[in-house]
Amino acid sequence: MPGALLEVRDLSVDYITDAGNVRAVDQVDLDLQPGEFLGVVGESGCGKSTMVFAIAQLLFPPAEIAGGSVTFKGQDMVRLGDTELRHIRWRDYSVVMQSAMNALNPMKSIEAQFRDTMRAHGDMGTEEIRERSAEVLRIVGIDPVHLRSYPHQLSGGMRQRAMIAMALLFTPELVMMDEPTSALDVVAQRSLMSQVKQLQERLGFAVIFVTHDMSVVARYSDRLLVMYAGQVAEVGPTRAMFESPPLHPYSRGLLDAFPSIHGPRRELIGIPGSPPDLGRPPSGCRFQPRCPVAMPPCSSVPPRLYPVRRSQVRCLLYDEAITEAAPERQAAVKP
Amino acid sequence: MAAPAMEANLSAAPATQEGFGRASFQRFSAAILRNRKATAGLLLLLFLAFVAAFPQVFTRVDPNAAIYPQAVGPSGAHWLGTTQVGQDVYAQLIWGTRLTLIITVVAGGGATLLSVLFGVAAAYFGGMVDRVLSVFIDIFLIIPTLPLLIILAAYLTGAGTVAIIAALIVTGWAFSARQLRSQGLSLRTRDFLEAARVRGERSMYVIFAEILPTMTSLLVANFMGLATYMVATAAGLQFLGLGNTSEVTWGTMLYYAQNNDAIQGGSNPWWALAPGFAVVLMGVAFALLNYAFDEIGNPALRAVRRPRARRAA
Amino acid sequence: MRYIAKRLGLFLVTLWAALTVNFLLPRVMPGNEAEAVYASMRNAPPSVLRALEVEFGVNVKQNVVLTYFQYLGNCFTGQFGLTVDRVPVMTKIMTSLPWTLGLVGVATIISFGLGTLLGVVAAWRRGGKLDSVLPPLLFIVTAFPVFFLGLLLLLIFAVTLGWFPTNGNYSLGSTPSLSPAFIGDVLSHAFLPALTLVLTLAGTWVYTMRNNMVTTLAEDYVRMARAKGLAPWRIMLDYSARNAILPNLTGFAMQMGFVLGGAILVEYTFSYPGVGYLFFTATDTHDLPLMEALFLLFTLAVLICVLAADFATAVLDPRTRET
Repeated sequence: MPGALLEVRDLSVDYITDAGNVRAVDQVDLDLQPGEFLGVVGESGCGKSTMVFAIAQLLFPPAEIAGGSVTFKGQDMVRLGDTELRHIRWRDYSVVMQSAMNALNPMKSIEAQFRDTMRAHGDMGTEEIRERSAEVLRIVGIDPVHLRSYPHQLSGGMRQRAMIAMALLFTPELVMMDEPTSALDVVAQRSLMSQVKQLQERLGFAVIFVTHDMSVVARYSDRLLVMYAGQVAEVGPTRAMFESPPLHPYSRGLLDAFPSIHGPRRELIGIPGSPPDLGRPPSGCRFQPRCPVAMPPCSSVPPRLYPVRRSQVRCLLYDEAITEAAPERQAAVKP
Repeated sequence: MAAPAMEANLSAAPATQEGFGRASFQRFSAAILRNRKATAGLLLLLFLAFVAAFPQVFTRVDPNAAIYPQAVGPSGAHWLGTTQVGQDVYAQLIWGTRLTLIITVVAGGGATLLSVLFGVAAAYFGGMVDRVLSVFIDIFLIIPTLPLLIILAAYLTGAGTVAIIAALIVTGWAFSARQLRSQGLSLRTRDFLEAARVRGERSMYVIFAEILPTMTSLLVANFMGLATYMVATAAGLQFLGLGNTSEVTWGTMLYYAQNNDAIQGGSNPWWALAPGFAVVLMGVAFALLNYAFDEIGNPALRAVRRPRARRAA
Repeated sequence: MRYIAKRLGLFLVTLWAALTVNFLLPRVMPGNEAEAVYASMRNAPPSVLRALEVEFGVNVKQNVVLTYFQYLGNCFTGQFGLTVDRVPVMTKIMTSLPWTLGLVGVATIISFGLGTLLGVVAAWRRGGKLDSVLPPLLFIVTAFPVFFLGLLLLLIFAVTLGWFPTNGNYSLGSTPSLSPAFIGDVLSHAFLPALTLVLTLAGTWVYTMRNNMVTTLAEDYVRMARAKGLAPWRIMLDYSARNAILPNLTGFAMQMGFVLGGAILVEYTFSYPGVGYLFFTATDTHDLPLMEALFLLFTLAVLICVLAADFATAVLDPRTRET
């Protein structure tokens, strides 16, 4: 797609273990336009964090990119050497991790950690560095006096915002966030989210936002990508997913699990069962063992991604060849 | 309990949920066999145990018989030469295996038991109990082991091997206790323990049925580590002449050899070299198993191949 | 500051425990220690036996508690009594101490430096050449009892090759002075014992350091540092090594006890007349006053190291500053 900021094709990530390789991310495709807000949703262990780290070239052994390409601003990052990667790190894209308490070096002050970053990428003078540090802190609503503080001296919300501030030091074009709100309470979550959205609109960077909580991204994302068991289950414009029921039975289940304050009272339905063991994934559709509308072919035919209007779904319900052969199943497919 | 699905958390966990029930025993044995260090260590240990159990297979000579030519070097008749008083060094080496192994294993086991007792209790009960036990452990850690051991052994001269083993245990348990305590602490907040507590299980149950199995690899690693320590320390103690010098062990061989200047040229150097290398061998066996179980318990330590980076040079 | 107070408290408690152990041991062990010491002495008048009996609380109807406090007082004023050859304990200790301080001090510093460096680098390049060669090499070395390693070095370098002397701290007949010749003599006598210590100690430390580094390297903030595009050497030093060493400083200090044990064995093997050798001969001659004084000295040495490490941690680790 021309003009795309990020193009991920066929990305696969394996964990190398003594008992054989486990494929945590399986041939994922992903596109991102400049300034777009993409939400990545899924249960714990579905591979979403792994995927994001893989895109950012931040995997540690035993995780390894097993195949595919990650084209960012025209360059395939998988093929780049360490030195070239270091140049674009943080200037062009940055990462916000889940727990600021773990992601910030407990032994260095905030100021020192900002300074390290800026020194690594250019010759900014001491004064410049200090000004920029203060500026990014102010952007996220933290008093610059906290530059001197150590991570354990800040509150959880402040730490998280400090991380976001650090991510914005060079106003990159892409910020990847891995569950940045999970460690916060609901109120802090909302405040952080709206702040992130404001910053995004003001500074124009694209966002990949990983979370297990669909309600958090529903409001702010332009597109949504639902992952299940290491694969893309459904991807499409957020509005499409919420205006009419989601296409994939899993996404539907996710949505049903979250109550809405505004809508009518309805029964909360969870998704029975648990995610598959990725060391031995089920044959056919991976969601089939838990799927309420599974058909016989689902346990043997692995579904591809089928285009449905402006989205794509990995579900045999949308495979015309199969549904035509069983017209009574058409009822399960809501237009 | 379903096997935990692949966590995208890439930081290493200090203790995994290995060691649950029978399925995990199979996984456990498989892990041991797959680990090269463990296999090598196990084989070596089995060999030494065999020598200890059946010395007659390896030599017909009486180790205490002082009837051979004195202080000669290795020869066809005496593979490792003889001692100052005319005993066959090789025979002593073979027969000395038994007591050396026994001392090592018993002292190591005793120290492991004590360290489990204090370390796990401190971690589990927390609060005041933890604080008191921690101070207790710290005291034993700070007081220098060998000097204390020497003093105890000196006061107990003539009291025999049992006393030596007791002294070794008393001075050796503290380090392992500290390790177990910190591992226990990290386990304390794990979910499956909370679940047991919420179910209303009694403390003893939680300790024996939930915590200890999880710490199996770590416990075994600790025992192996302690055994490695005991081999060298017991030998050192005996080398100084503080063991039971009437028994034949590798340590006492070294004592007599040193007293007769075996290395310095006064006698057959193999009198000292043979038991010395034997001690190293036993130490290596236990050390291999120690490192192996360390790796099994903490996956982050396992040997990693540098990932074949699909990068330009 | 609460941290320092806590550590100081531990220091005092351990010191007290060591003193008490020292006091109780001769009184609870089997055998009549006063007689044993007296027997080891040569040509001592019977009054000495009686004094010993008082000192060890044998056949004396004295108030134990009173004796205990007297004993504590004596310890603090450095009165440790006389050795079996009627020489003040303190004198003997002071003669031997400098030799051990030199040997062990230097060996420890070298081992610590070397061990840390190798451990950090090995962990940093996981799977690299250093990391695959080092662990097997190391643990063969650490499986060697320290005295056997000494014996081997002695056999190879002193007896067979003749490069170094086999025992002592300087050649018999030389007079101590600060001349280059004498210093050279001292160094050549100290070399093999020092080498033995360094090999043993560094071996253990490399392993510990490497494992600490490996755990630290798996931390999120290291990944974050990499994400920020920091230079590798900076990540290694500033974000990993420092974080791996600092919390373990106290642990390292506690291993001083192990170091002292090694020193005793090495000094014995090489007949190097430091306090370790002194301690051994005291054991051999049943010289209890000397043994006990030395034991206290050793404990105190470890305590001081631990306290120093605690101070260093308090100063360098920001997390200890707040409550």
